[in-house]
Amino acid sequence: MEVNLKEMCRTVREDILTMIHAAGSGHPGGSLSSVEIMVALYFGDVMKVDAKNPDWNDRDRFILSKGHVAPVLYSVLARKGFFPVEELGTLRKFGSILQGHPHKAHTPGLECSAGSLGQGLSVANGIALAFKKLGTGQRVYCLMGDGELQEGQIWEAAMFAPQQKLDNVCAIVDYNHVQLDGTVEEIKSLDNLPARWNDFGWNVIEVDGHDVNALVHAFKLAALTKDRPSVLIAHTVKGKGVSFMEGDCNWHGNCPNAEQLAQALAEVRGATS
Amino acid sequence: MSVKKIPMRDGYGKALLELIAANPKVIALDADVAKSTRSGWVKDKFPDNFIDMGIAEQDLAGTAAGLALGGMLPFTSTYAVFMAGRAWDEIRTTICYNNLNVKIAGAHAGISVGPDGATHQALEDVAIMRVLPNMTVVCPCDAEETRKATLAFAKIDGPCYVRFGREAVPVVTDETTPFELGKARLCREGSDVAIIACGAMVYESLEAAKVLADENISAEVIDLHTVKPIDVDAVVAAAKKCGCVVTAEEHQIFGGMGSAVAECLAKNFPAPQEFIAIQDTFGESGQPQELMDAYGLNQSSIVAAAKKVIARK
Amino acid sequence: METAALQKVARRVRFEAVRMIYEGKEGHPGPALSCADIVATLYFDVMNIRPDQPDWEDRDRFILSKGHGCPIWYATLNERGYNNPKVEHFHLRELGSIFQGHPSMHSGVPGIDMTTGSLGNGIAIGAGMAYAAKAHHKDYYTYVICGDGEMQEGVTWEGVNMAKGRGLDNLVVFVDNNGFQSYKTIEFTIGQNNMADRFRAFGWHTQEINGHDVEQIKAAVTIAKATSGSPHAIICRTVKGKGLSYMENNNKWHKGVPTEEQWEITKRELGGE
Repeated sequence: MEVNLKEMCRTVREDILTMIHAAGSGHPGGSLSSVEIMVALYFGDVMKVDAKNPDWNDRDRFILSKGHVAPVLYSVLARKGFFPVEELGTLRKFGSILQGHPHKAHTPGLECSAGSLGQGLSVANGIALAFKKLGTGQRVYCLMGDGELQEGQIWEAAMFAPQQKLDNVCAIVDYNHVQLDGTVEEIKSLDNLPARWNDFGWNVIEVDGHDVNALVHAFKLAALTKDRPSVLIAHTVKGKGVSFMEGDCNWHGNCPNAEQLAQALAEVRGATS
Repeated sequence: MSVKKIPMRDGYGKALLELIAANPKVIALDADVAKSTRSGWVKDKFPDNFIDMGIAEQDLAGTAAGLALGGMLPFTSTYAVFMAGRAWDEIRTTICYNNLNVKIAGAHAGISVGPDGATHQALEDVAIMRVLPNMTVVCPCDAEETRKATLAFAKIDGPCYVRFGREAVPVVTDETTPFELGKARLCREGSDVAIIACGAMVYESLEAAKVLADENISAEVIDLHTVKPIDVDAVVAAAKKCGCVVTAEEHQIFGGMGSAVAECLAKNFPAPQEFIAIQDTFGESGQPQELMDAYGLNQSSIVAAAKKVIARK
Repeated sequence: METAALQKVARRVRFEAVRMIYEGKEGHPGPALSCADIVATLYFDVMNIRPDQPDWEDRDRFILSKGHGCPIWYATLNERGYNNPKVEHFHLRELGSIFQGHPSMHSGVPGIDMTTGSLGNGIAIGAGMAYAAKAHHKDYYTYVICGDGEMQEGVTWEGVNMAKGRGLDNLVVFVDNNGFQSYKTIEFTIGQNNMADRFRAFGWHTQEINGHDVEQIKAAVTIAKATSGSPHAIICRTVKGKGLSYMENNNKWHKGVPTEEQWEITKRELGGE
C-alpha cells in the first residue's frame, strides 16, 4: 500500500491533538516534534512489521525511550492497523489500552513500557544483541528525546553498542531543544552533540527531522552501515505544526482547550509541508 | 568440630554453567565484578554466553531487559548494593512493570562483605526488591541452595532476585535436600519458639536451637529462603504451633524478611516477634565474623531473642 | 615544592599505602599506586589547604572518586600533617578503625571531604562543590580524581554535562587512565580508549599528560587555572601498580596483599629515602 507520507503526518498530528484534548492531559510538544520520524519508520518502508500479527517473530523492533510522547506512537500504530483508530479516544482513561505512558501488556504493537527516561537505548541494545546472538537479522530502532540525553544511562548504553558492534541498532535523537523546565541549552546544554556520539563510536547522521523523505533516506543509510551502530540526530521543533506550541516548553505537557484545539487543527490541516 | 564452608556465589556460578549447557539462550551479564560473582566462570567456559557490561549497572539492567525481549534468558549479577540500589528504577519500570524474564543476582550482600566497609555492604536490597510487583525474592542459606534457587529461576517466567554473600558459609543442605520456590523449608522441629531465618542466619539459627535445647527450650527452625512470595501457610503454622517467633536475617530491620513475616502474622495470626537484623544503622570495615558479632547477627543473639520472645507469650 | 622533593613525597606515600595494606591484610594497591603522583602533587604543591584546620571553609576541595584507591589518600593526608600526631599504624579496614575500606567523611579521618566507594559519583559531586563555590563567590578549586573504569558509569557523564553547562572552570578532574579495571582492560569493556576526545566533545578544556610526571601535573593545573569558561579534564596516562616492579601493569593487583617476600621487595624498591 502506497501511503502519502506527508498526508499521514498531517493525520497523525490531528490524532495527537484530538486525543490529548479528549484525554484532558498529555504531552503534545514532543509528540508533534516526532511525527515525521515515526511516520518515516512505520510508513516509509523502513521497519518490517505486520499489524495483523503484532508478535511476528521476524519483525523489526521499535523502542520508545521518551515514553511521554505515547500519543504519536499510538496514532501511528492505530493508523498502521494494530488496533482500531477509535481507541485513540480512550487515551489515559481508566481501563484503556492506551496508558498515559506506554505499557507493553496493554497495547498491540508496543514492544516495551516506557516513561522513566533514559532507559530505552539499553533495552534496544539488549534486543539487538539477542538478535546477533541468535543469528537473526532484525533491526532495532530507538527514539530518544534530547532532554533525556542528560540521563547518564544513555551514555552507558552509548558506550556499549559500539563495543558490541551493534550495527542493527539505529538510535534517533529528537533534537527539539526544549524540555519540561525550559530549553535544553539553559538547563544542561548538549552543544557539540554529533561529536559526542561520534567520539563514543557511533555513525552519526544529521537530518532535518521534519523532512519525512530525508528521514526515510537516512534510515536506509543507517541500515547500510556495518560494524557500528548509527544515530540519527533529527533536528526538530518542539510542538511542530502548531504556531503557539512551537518551541514553548509550556506545551511540553499541557492540554489544549477547545478553542486552542480548533486553531491547532486548522493550522495542521492547512499545512502544506 | 570444623564445619564445611563454601561461598554461596559458587552455587550461583555452578548453576549458570548447568543452565547454559542445557540451554544456549541463557546468557550471563556482569558489571566488572565477574570474578567475584562467579559469572566469570561462564566467561571462561562459554564465552559467547557472557557479556561484561563494564561499570554500568543501569545499562546492565536495561540491556538484560532487551535481551529478554529479544528471546534470550539473561542472568545479571553484580554487587547487591549496586545491582538493587543503583539500577532500581530500571528494575522497577523496565523489568518488573513489563514482567520481563530477567534474573538478577545481588552478590556480596550483607555486612559480612567485611573490610570494604559500609559503601559495599548491601543491607537494604531485600526490602527494595520485595516491594516490586512481579518480583520473586530469594535469600538462600548456602551454596547448594543458591544453586537450586538459580536453577529454579530458569523454570519460572518473570523477574527474580537472589542475594548472597561473599564469605564461605557453612554447608546446611545437600543435593538431596528438597527445594521449591515459595515453600519454606522446615529444618528442625520445635514447639516453644519458631526461629525463621534466611541466608547465612539459617546456620546460626540451627546452632542457637541446639543451645536452647540444652536449656530445655524447644526451638523450631525454618529456612524462609523465598522471602517473596512468602509461604504464608508455613509461617502461620509455625507461629500457631510455637506461639512466638524470632526472625533472623543479615539485612536492615526495616523492610526485609522479618518485616515480611510480621506483615504475614499481623494479618493472619498476630504473635510476639523479635527481630535479629541490622538495627537501622550503616555498617563499617572489619572482619566478617567480627562484624556479625558486633552487629548481633549470631547464635547468641538469637538465643537471647528466643528467651525474650518466649517471655512475651 | 621542588620536583625532587615532590618525587620523594610520592615515593614515601606509595610505601605507606602499601604498608597499610600489608599490615591490614586487605586493600587495593594497584589503583592506589597509579594515582600516587597526582595525589601527592595536589596536596604538596597545588592545593590551598590548612592541614591543621581541615574544615577551613576556603580550602580547595578534593574528592577521590575511585574510593577504593584510598590508601594513597590516607597516606598523603598523614604525610601532609592532617593527623596530629602522625599515624604510625593505620589499622586499615579493621573494626573500629577510622581508616575504612572506602573513605568516609564521618569516620573521623581529618581532611576527607567526601565519602566514596560507589564508583562514578565524583564528578557530579565535584560539580556541586564547584557550583557552590561560584554561588558563594569563593575562589577555591575542586579537584577530583576518577578512575578510567568509572567513565563507564552514566552518572559520570551526567556530571560532565552539568559542569560544562554551568561553565564550572573551578573544577579540575584528573582521569587516572591506567587502562585497567577490576575485571579486564578498559578497551575490552568499552572499546576505544579515547577518553580525551570524549571530554572534548562534551565541551571540557582537556589536556593529556603523563600522570607520573609531577612537573607535567603541576603544569597542567597551571594551564587549567589560566583557562576560563569550561571545566578541566586532565587525562593522565598512568601505570596500574606504578612504583613496584611486581605490581606494575599486573591487574592481579587491583586488589591484593603482598606476601612477606613481596613486602621485602617493597621495602627495597620504595622504602628508605
